[in-house]
Amino acid sequence: MNFEAVATRQGTPETGARELPPKISCRHLDFYYGKFQGLKSIDLDVAERRVTAFIGPSGCGKSTLLRTMNRMYSLYPGQRATGEIVFNGRNILDPGTDLNMLRAKIGMVFQKPTPFPMSIYDNIAFGVSLYENLSQRDMDDRVEWALTKAAMWGEARDKLKQSGMALSGGQQQRLCIARAVAVKPEMLLLDEPTSALDPISTAKIEELITELKEDYTIAIVTHNMQQAARVSDFTAYMYLGELVEFGATDTLFLKPKRKETEDYITGRFG
Amino acid sequence: MSPLYRRRLFVNRLNLLMSLGTMAFGMAFLLWILWVLFAKGFAALSPTLFTQMTPPPGSAGGLANAIYGSVMIVFVATFVSTPIGILAGIYLAEYGKNGWIARVTRFINDILLSAPSIVIGLFVYTVYVAQVGHFSGWAGSFALALIAVPVVVRTTENMLQLVPSSLREAAVALGAPMWKVILRVTLKAVRGGVVTGILLAVARMSGETAPLLFTALNNQFWSPDMNAPMANLPVVIFQFALSPFDDWRLLAWGGALLITLTVLVINILARTVFRQAAVR
Repeated sequence: MNFEAVATRQGTPETGARELPPKISCRHLDFYYGKFQGLKSIDLDVAERRVTAFIGPSGCGKSTLLRTMNRMYSLYPGQRATGEIVFNGRNILDPGTDLNMLRAKIGMVFQKPTPFPMSIYDNIAFGVSLYENLSQRDMDDRVEWALTKAAMWGEARDKLKQSGMALSGGQQQRLCIARAVAVKPEMLLLDEPTSALDPISTAKIEELITELKEDYTIAIVTHNMQQAARVSDFTAYMYLGELVEFGATDTLFLKPKRKETEDYITGRFG
Repeated sequence: MSPLYRRRLFVNRLNLLMSLGTMAFGMAFLLWILWVLFAKGFAALSPTLFTQMTPPPGSAGGLANAIYGSVMIVFVATFVSTPIGILAGIYLAEYGKNGWIARVTRFINDILLSAPSIVIGLFVYTVYVAQVGHFSGWAGSFALALIAVPVVVRTTENMLQLVPSSLREAAVALGAPMWKVILRVTLKAVRGGVVTGILLAVARMSGETAPLLFTALNNQFWSPDMNAPMANLPVVIFQFALSPFDDWRLLAWGGALLITLTVLVINILARTVFRQAAVR
């Protein structure tokens, strides 16, 4: 894939992404954990049906940024965001935002696999039945569809009634992806989805990400720079709550504009 | 072997020995109590224990009315206290968290948890028994429920706090409203612990004597009416064990063994049933 994007310090990559409509846009986004400022004036567009990766050292704010996009932080008093995050033409930071509807449209997969204490089938049906009233047959089809999307159908078809907790770590994580896909969201947020997994499961999930971007906009946080280089179209490098560099992945890894980015991706950081 | 390593080995063995010793000390008393209970109580076990009423001294009888009364009083108390306790526990763990209402509730709950049961008996006597003018099974259930609620509140809250926040977030991330997250995911994840809490409360209630002394009192005859004084095992044991009559004392041992066995069976059943549920 050849992106001729030229990275700027912040904001939209100059070409490449400009032709792609942004799915979600952050404008002057600040974020606070109590008094501590976790994100500092972030401006960024996540391109539709592309994979955008967020890299940077621990504590740089990449997970925090992801958690603002589905307002997950709102669960915790004392955490707040200011600025704008525009999704489907509306600022989701507005107090009137229906958070349940927002989260139904923007799915999330976490670092640790989190199967619910119920059968594999019910793990997937749980989210679907929240917003859709499907017949038994339609629900069966949806479960099969979601598991197929997550490359799980072959392994799971004979044990749909078994507990999701009994699966291996990699299978649990793919179940979580299937669960997120099953509700047919518009966007997926992946927060270090493979950091707890072995290399084979990791490879499966990376393949999956590449397939999923046909239909979904994906934002992925990762500690693994090779992974960012393998799966993403755009990469954002963050440090101490700031967006240092954002551009097409090829450009950012081969010809980073900023010295800090180069130091980080070449391992000379710090 | 270096002296430092030898020293470490010695300290390790010493600690192991000491903890084994304290465990044996505690277990010895428990086994002693069980041994005496079984030795004396088994003599009283017979079919008539379950079919005949508490007798006057010197004649044959059983504990049928007391068994029935205990089961009814504890059942009603459990039925009332379980939903209250679980809902309050959910509030504290999932909604109230560290707000002032939750902190005050938690504090009061802790006081209730350690309140002497005789105080609770006197309280129910004052506000209920003295008002309606007679002892009753309902009053007994009321008093026992007051003892059970804080136990259920505490265990439910503690169990819910054990649910990793990642599980809660995962359900929220699908767009599930909070009540559905709690009912379908977090409460379900700890249902074994919550049920154990309820059983703990049942066990605690089964043995309480003081609150029933002031509320349900006792009844020598078969009386299934919850609105009348009602026989129950703890008060019968209390009364019979203090009596000078050998046949009454024997019945008291039998009743004590019954309570202990019931609690034991409930616990074992709960553990095996829920272990199977968890594995599946």
